[in-house]
Amino acid sequence: MGYVAVKGGQTAIEQAGRLLAYQRRRGTSRPLEIRQIKEQLYLAVDRVMGEASLYAPDLAALALKQAAGDTLEAAFMLRAYRATQPRLGYSLPQDTTAMRVIRRISAAFKDIPGGQILGPTSDYTLRLLDFDLQAESARQVQDFLQELAAAAGGQEPLPLTFPKVIDLLRQEHLLAPRPDVAAATAPVDITRQALTFPASRSAALQTMTRGETGGLLLLAYSNMRGYGDIHPTVGELRLGYLPVHIRHPRTGLPYHVGDVKVTEAEVIARFTAPDGTPRFTLGYGLCFGHNEVKAIAMAVLDRAMQAEEVKSPSEDQEFVLSHIDGIESMGFCTHYKLPHYVTFQSDLDRLRQAQGVSPEKVKEAGKRHVA
Amino acid sequence: MLLREWLQTQGRTRTPAAYNFAFLDEGAKREIRRKILKAVAIPGYQVPFASRELPIARGWGTGGLQLTLALIGPNDVLKVIDQGCDGSVNAVNLRKFVQQVTGVAVTMDTREATLIQTRHRIPEEPLTAEQILVLQVPYPEALRTVEPSELETRRMHGEGDYSQMWLYLFEDIVKYGEISIGARYPVLVNGRYVMDPSPIPRWDVVKLNRAETLYLFGAGREKRLYAIPPHTRVEPLEFEDVRFRVEDFRGQACQRCGSRHTFLDELIDDATGRRTYICSDTNYCDKMLARRQQEDR
Repeated sequence: MGYVAVKGGQTAIEQAGRLLAYQRRRGTSRPLEIRQIKEQLYLAVDRVMGEASLYAPDLAALALKQAAGDTLEAAFMLRAYRATQPRLGYSLPQDTTAMRVIRRISAAFKDIPGGQILGPTSDYTLRLLDFDLQAESARQVQDFLQELAAAAGGQEPLPLTFPKVIDLLRQEHLLAPRPDVAAATAPVDITRQALTFPASRSAALQTMTRGETGGLLLLAYSNMRGYGDIHPTVGELRLGYLPVHIRHPRTGLPYHVGDVKVTEAEVIARFTAPDGTPRFTLGYGLCFGHNEVKAIAMAVLDRAMQAEEVKSPSEDQEFVLSHIDGIESMGFCTHYKLPHYVTFQSDLDRLRQAQGVSPEKVKEAGKRHVA
Repeated sequence: MLLREWLQTQGRTRTPAAYNFAFLDEGAKREIRRKILKAVAIPGYQVPFASRELPIARGWGTGGLQLTLALIGPNDVLKVIDQGCDGSVNAVNLRKFVQQVTGVAVTMDTREATLIQTRHRIPEEPLTAEQILVLQVPYPEALRTVEPSELETRRMHGEGDYSQMWLYLFEDIVKYGEISIGARYPVLVNGRYVMDPSPIPRWDVVKLNRAETLYLFGAGREKRLYAIPPHTRVEPLEFEDVRFRVEDFRGQACQRCGSRHTFLDELIDDATGRRTYICSDTNYCDKMLARRQQEDR
C-alpha cells in the first residue's frame, strides 16, 4: 500500500526545524548582529514593534533575525512574547503636543505656526538604486558622518514642542468639537477583553494601531479610490518621541518612564452635520515607530468608520476591525495546510449522496481504474 | 501558591524556568476558568474571552490549547489528536508544547487520558465522566454561513431567531435533495442555542447528545469558548421528513483492523488508484488490531 499513516511526526518535525535553521546559516557571510538590524533596518524593526504592539527595539530586531526578515512572522513572535508578560498597569493619557518632534508637515496650509519640518523623509528622494551601497565601507560611513557634523554647526536647534495645526481649525469652529475628555470612559484593553460590536473608539483605535500595515493600507486605499467617500487632507503628520508617564505607586504623581518613537496622522475630511451645517471632522492615526503609510491609513479608516450610513467595506467597523490583524489573518490563512481529511471525507459523502453514487459504486470505480 | 511553586515542593521542576506552569500567567488561567464556568452554566452559548497569543499560530489550535493550559494540573494525563490521529504532525507539536510547559504524563490511549485535546474528531471509545474533551474550533459561529456580521448573529442568538438557518437547510434540500452539510453540522443545544460543534464529521455529532463527558470548545482567533455539559440534550437540526444522517460506510471495513463500525478515512493507493479504507481513530484501530491478532493466535 502506498500510504503510510502519518506517524513518527516527532522526528520529522525536529528534522524540518534543523533544515530551517540551516537555511539562514548556509551562506558564507558573517552572522547578523542584532545591533545591525536595529540600527540599519530600523523601519522593519518599527513595523514589527507596531504590529506586535510591544515597544522593544532589541527584541523586535531579534525576532526579525530569527524570522529571516519576515515581518509577519517576527511580529507574531514578539506578540507571543508580549502575551507572557504580566500587566503591571496603564500609562497615563498623553497629550501629543508634548511630542519631541523630528518631522511635522501639513498638507492643509502652506505655512503653519512653527513651520513645516521635513525631517528624515524619503518622500523627495529619487528611488534610484544606489550602487555605491554595494560596497559601502566603514570608512565611507565615517566620512559622511564627519561631513554632516561639520555642516550642521551653528544651526538653530528645533523647538521642543509645536502647536497643533488642527487646533487652529478648532478655534475657528471649522472642525467638529473635541469630545469631552473628562466625560470619556476609561479606555478598554483589547488584550484583556474580546472585541464586541459596536466597538468603542478606544477599542477601534487599539485594534488598528496593532493592525498589519498592508491590511490597513488595502482597506484605506479602497476608500480613497472610490469605495467610500473620504477625500482626506493631511491636517498634520508628525514623527517624534512621545514621553510615557505612569502614576508613581508611592507618591501617586506622574512619573516619566521613557519615550517612544511614534508616527501620528490627523486627517481632515468634510461632512455635513445632521442640522445641515458643513463641518470638518477628524480621523486619527498613531502607531509605534516611523510608519507614515500605517498612520495615514489608520486615520482614514478611523474617519471612514464614523460614516452615518455604511456603504462600503471600509466604513463597516466590524468588517475593518475583524480583518486587519496580521497575526490572526496569517495564522488562519496558513492553517489550511493542516490535514483536513476528516472534513473532506464528510464532504465527499455528501457530494456522492447528492450525485446518487452508492458506497458500492465507489468501490467499483476504484476497481475499474485498476483494470 | 503558583503551581510552579507547588511543583517545586513536589520535587517536579520540569517546567522551563522562564515560563509559568502551563505557560499562561495565572491571571489568564483564572479568566479562562471563569469563562468556562459561565459556558457550562449556559450550554451552547459562546462566551467571549481575551485569548492570549501563544507561540503556536492563530488557527492552529490556540483556542483548544488555552482551555487545556487553563485546566491542566500536574496529575493529569494528556492525549492530543488531530483528525483522529495521535501521530499527526500538529498533534505531536501541541502535545510536545504542553508537555514542555507542564511536565505532565501523556498517552495515546483514550481510556488512560484525563484530558483530551482534539481537532475534528471525537474518539470512537465512549468517554467517561472522569474525562474532559477539548475541541479546537475554527468558526465558533454556526450562523456565520447565513450571516457574516457578528453584531447580527449575536442578536439572532439572543432572540432565538434561527429562521435564516432553517431556510438555508430547506433551500439546500430543494437544490440537492438532501442537506448537503458535511462536517460542522449545526446542532441545537438544550433546546436553546444553535451551536457549531466544530468540524467534526456528522458521525461524531450524535456522540454529543446526553454524553457522560464534559465537552469544551475553544476558538482562539475568534476569542470565543463554549461548552456542552454532561447529559445535555444535543440535537442536529433536521426536518420531520428529511432526517439528519451520518456518513455512509456501508460495505466498507478498515483495511488494517477489520472494523465495520468506525469512521473511516478513504485512501487512494498511489500505484493503482484503488480506494481502501482505514480507521480515522488510530488508537482505536491499534487496539482492534491487537485484539484481532490475539484472537488469531
